[in-house]
Amino acid sequence: MLINDEMIDYISELARLKLRDDERESAKNEINKIIDYMDTLNQLDTSEIEAMSHAFPVKNVFRKDEVMPSKDRDDILLNAPDKKDGAFKVPKTFE
Amino acid sequence: MEFLTTMGLEVHCELSTKTKIFCSCSTEFGGEPNTHVCEVCTGMPGSLPVLNEQVVEYAIRTGLATNCTITQYNKFDRKNYFYPDLPKAYQVSQLYLPICQNGHIDIEVNGVKKAIRIKEIHMEEDAGKLIHDPWDDCTLVDYNRCGVPLLEIVSEPDFESGEEVIAYLTKLKSILQYIDVSDCKMEQGSLRADVNLSVRPVGQTELGTRTEMKNINSFKAIARAIEGERKRQIEVITEGKKVVQETRRWDDNKGASYAMRSKENAQDYRYFPEPDLVPIEISDEWIERVRQSLPELPTEKKERYISEYGLPEYDVDIITGSKFLVKIFEKALEVCGEPKEVSNWIMGEVLRMASETGTEPEDIKFDPENLGKLILLVKKKTINRNTAKEVFEKMFTDNVDPEKYIKDNGLEMVTDDGAVLAVVKAVIEANPKAVAEFKGGSAKVKGFIVGQCMKQLKGKADPSVVNKIILEELDKI
Amino acid sequence: MDLSKLSALEAGKLIKNREIGVAEITKAALENIEKTDKNYNAFITVCADEAMKRAEAVQKGIDDGTYTSPLAGVPMAVKDNMCTKGILTTAASKILTGFKPFYNSTAVQKLEDAGAVLLGKLNMDEFAMGSTTETSFYGPTVNPWGENRVPGGSSGGSAVAVATDEAYYTLGSDTGGSIRQPASFCGVTGIKPTYGTVSRYGLLAYASSLDQIGPVGKNVEDVAEVLSIISGHDKKDSTSVNQEPLKFNLQNNVKGKKIGIPAEYFSKGLEKDVKDRVLEAAKKLESMGAIVEEFNMPEIDYAIPAYYIIACAEASSNLSRYDGVKYGFRTPEFEDLTDLYNKTRSDGFGIEVKRRIMIGAFVLSSGYYDAYYKKALKVKAVIKNAFDRAFEKYDAILSPAAPTTALKMGENLSDPLKMYLGDIYTVSVNLAGLPSIVIPCGFDKEGLPVGLQITGKAFSENNIMNIAYSFQQETDYHTKKPVLKVSKEA
Repeated sequence: MLINDEMIDYISELARLKLRDDERESAKNEINKIIDYMDTLNQLDTSEIEAMSHAFPVKNVFRKDEVMPSKDRDDILLNAPDKKDGAFKVPKTFE
Repeated sequence: MEFLTTMGLEVHCELSTKTKIFCSCSTEFGGEPNTHVCEVCTGMPGSLPVLNEQVVEYAIRTGLATNCTITQYNKFDRKNYFYPDLPKAYQVSQLYLPICQNGHIDIEVNGVKKAIRIKEIHMEEDAGKLIHDPWDDCTLVDYNRCGVPLLEIVSEPDFESGEEVIAYLTKLKSILQYIDVSDCKMEQGSLRADVNLSVRPVGQTELGTRTEMKNINSFKAIARAIEGERKRQIEVITEGKKVVQETRRWDDNKGASYAMRSKENAQDYRYFPEPDLVPIEISDEWIERVRQSLPELPTEKKERYISEYGLPEYDVDIITGSKFLVKIFEKALEVCGEPKEVSNWIMGEVLRMASETGTEPEDIKFDPENLGKLILLVKKKTINRNTAKEVFEKMFTDNVDPEKYIKDNGLEMVTDDGAVLAVVKAVIEANPKAVAEFKGGSAKVKGFIVGQCMKQLKGKADPSVVNKIILEELDKI
Repeated sequence: MDLSKLSALEAGKLIKNREIGVAEITKAALENIEKTDKNYNAFITVCADEAMKRAEAVQKGIDDGTYTSPLAGVPMAVKDNMCTKGILTTAASKILTGFKPFYNSTAVQKLEDAGAVLLGKLNMDEFAMGSTTETSFYGPTVNPWGENRVPGGSSGGSAVAVATDEAYYTLGSDTGGSIRQPASFCGVTGIKPTYGTVSRYGLLAYASSLDQIGPVGKNVEDVAEVLSIISGHDKKDSTSVNQEPLKFNLQNNVKGKKIGIPAEYFSKGLEKDVKDRVLEAAKKLESMGAIVEEFNMPEIDYAIPAYYIIACAEASSNLSRYDGVKYGFRTPEFEDLTDLYNKTRSDGFGIEVKRRIMIGAFVLSSGYYDAYYKKALKVKAVIKNAFDRAFEKYDAILSPAAPTTALKMGENLSDPLKMYLGDIYTVSVNLAGLPSIVIPCGFDKEGLPVGLQITGKAFSENNIMNIAYSFQQETDYHTKKPVLKVSKEA
């Protein structure tokens, strides 16, 4: 099993998800099954194949360096769960 | 036990584009929190990035100026991590195919030349700013800096001393300013350096375990951080312990570095190609066009100043070290055609005034052409050297036009030898004691007589003429 | 006349001819939703007040010649993962509780510019992750064709709103079949355009390299008209293809069209009724002059694992921004920043979303990137090449959209892998970025609709639309309607 308890905890931490114990157990089982299935890709030899991120060769999409008006701060903060003095408010990040 | 130090540098430089890397918000420094933002740079759901072409242009320029190979097919990747200053929880950067690779910058420390290799330069977006709010004991997030374009310039671990690091940074800063891609204002954070450092006992070939110190933003702090970390690692090893590979924060006020919490240390950034952006393909023509548009760079300029103008290397080093001094030099030279004079003025009066007034070269305000004019005025003996220094001070502080200022204040030299003669005669007559001493063989007293004459002439005479006439008159006695 | 039974173009014509007012048809549509939607839950948000105000403005615009589109004034609805200015946009997730964007998605903006009237926002699987519309925080959407049947997903609301005549047309999004499979389950017409045809700006991203917005409607003409409005280059989306909006000239003619059927699609796991209906449809097209033949495409077996690796990886990154700092849900109690992140995200996301985020984090994590993510990008290339080869021979590829008709509710929720395997016919199309349309082609023995998927090469929307249009000219499956349960009290 590639996804053991340690790995589940590791990827949970990376993803900032804290699973309850029951969730964790079922996640581990399901994800293992899925990863096993994903491993079927190894049957296909792709050593000569280039990885492809985009299906079509679009390239060089640029914007001119011209300033446009920024958005209204009230709009930016409209949906903020907590704010103060025109800024988003979060628990302290300084030690 | 003696130790060797090995360092590598990651320099972040904010580009001086008008707009951010992926949206059209202004990059202007300052501004009320969250007023230079839109849905793109604040990571609102559904928003998408579009690349600012100028960022690519500046990256190519920087790559060519640092002898890099331009990666003609390059792309962006996402670097994933959670922090409130990163609204999308990923930073768009370049890992797999950075835009510039394999360059070098030549430095010189204590007469020894050395090439510092550049591993790569990549484009990325800056993060926002976190402000500690002591009243609520919380953090406030301002996204104004979020999305400002950065170049990260990564060196190979080629540094062996703090002096080399400072020489490299000085050179790099002057290159970036020469090619107009960044203002490199360290106090505004537009140039920041991370230092990777390891030590090892002399004789050991393999490198020691390195630590990384992040975001140090002044040359002096970097020098202190390097010295501090070097000592710390040597101490650790001497005590028989092991250096831990970690990121440390240099606290310049306390003069010590601290390990960041292990959580911040354990990073797995899960880089993958940014699917919202398309690859960048840079043609040979594009590279050639940028190459043609590059100005003369510090090293070439230095060599030319020495060979073409015969200036001393020390002076040339200082002048070519700053594109702002270069501008003064070249504009003044254009007007007066006297390279040595201009160089002397810059090394003397310009830098003296700058240091007395605490002015950085980029903030010097006088029109450089006026320095050229001033030099011509001295050459034509319209004013003497001492008057010229006075006029220059006025130019430096108030950017006055020297010709007009001299005229308005009647500072022209007395060119009438008859007038000088009259003054000399009067002084000799009024100072018989001094004259006697001079006749008695005291050369020193001649200076006193000259001074008295100059005083009466209000300094507006050619000292050599005054000297000559005094000697003639004294001879007659 | 029951207005709701009209097609979008028919409704638009009545409006244009002043036989009916925009306010009148909008009011009727809202009343219909009020009566019908309690039983189907196609809508997360119905914006009745905004719609009525908008209807009056649109009427003025039609009267003064501002709006000339054949769909001007026609009420519609969009999937709740597209930003709508000032209107709740949730992606069916608790984590976007209360989120009202201050900008429109480009597709919605283009429809507004053409005089569309937005009735509301449609239910979906949370963040478009699912094939049943059961993972919605706002409860499941119900298929009107059978007792206790799922509508498919993730654009279940988009398909059901059309099947129940609650909206004249809708927008959905399709990352691995999310327009086509619900269209198949609900007996409506839906198209996933070529990647890059419709701007993704304002679409809440699931998997950026695969997501594509497309219309769902009552027939091919309606869908073609909507697509001609929402397609075209958008300078705000770097992956949007630099081309003019699509124009269609639909003709009933498939003579000489070469149509391929991948043998692998009919070998295993396919319900007999679905297989029979699709092969009958192939026969029908043959009878209309098309040349149909079987061919082999063995690479297709690798599409599902490659798809889930890529989609989960991109999703894990795309959904990281939902952290309780800038918008949406924030856990009420937390100790510090990490706790705020952990609790907000653990409470805010449903189980399937969490599962995919974790799979995504895993396949990108240090030491596994090459084995999974990079490998999947290579397989993507293999599949694209297989399609390229097929389209050297064929004008279109015919297949089912799903191995089954509409599943019973709850059937797949407990077994995610089984749910993923149901995407066999659709995900390869997203990996290769191709256009693909699904139209109704009959019913199974329980009376549940079966869909026919027609896939074309990149940017060949005109071609597959023509085949689909021709089929609808010769058949009446698309005109069949389920018997609706209607609440009396409304």
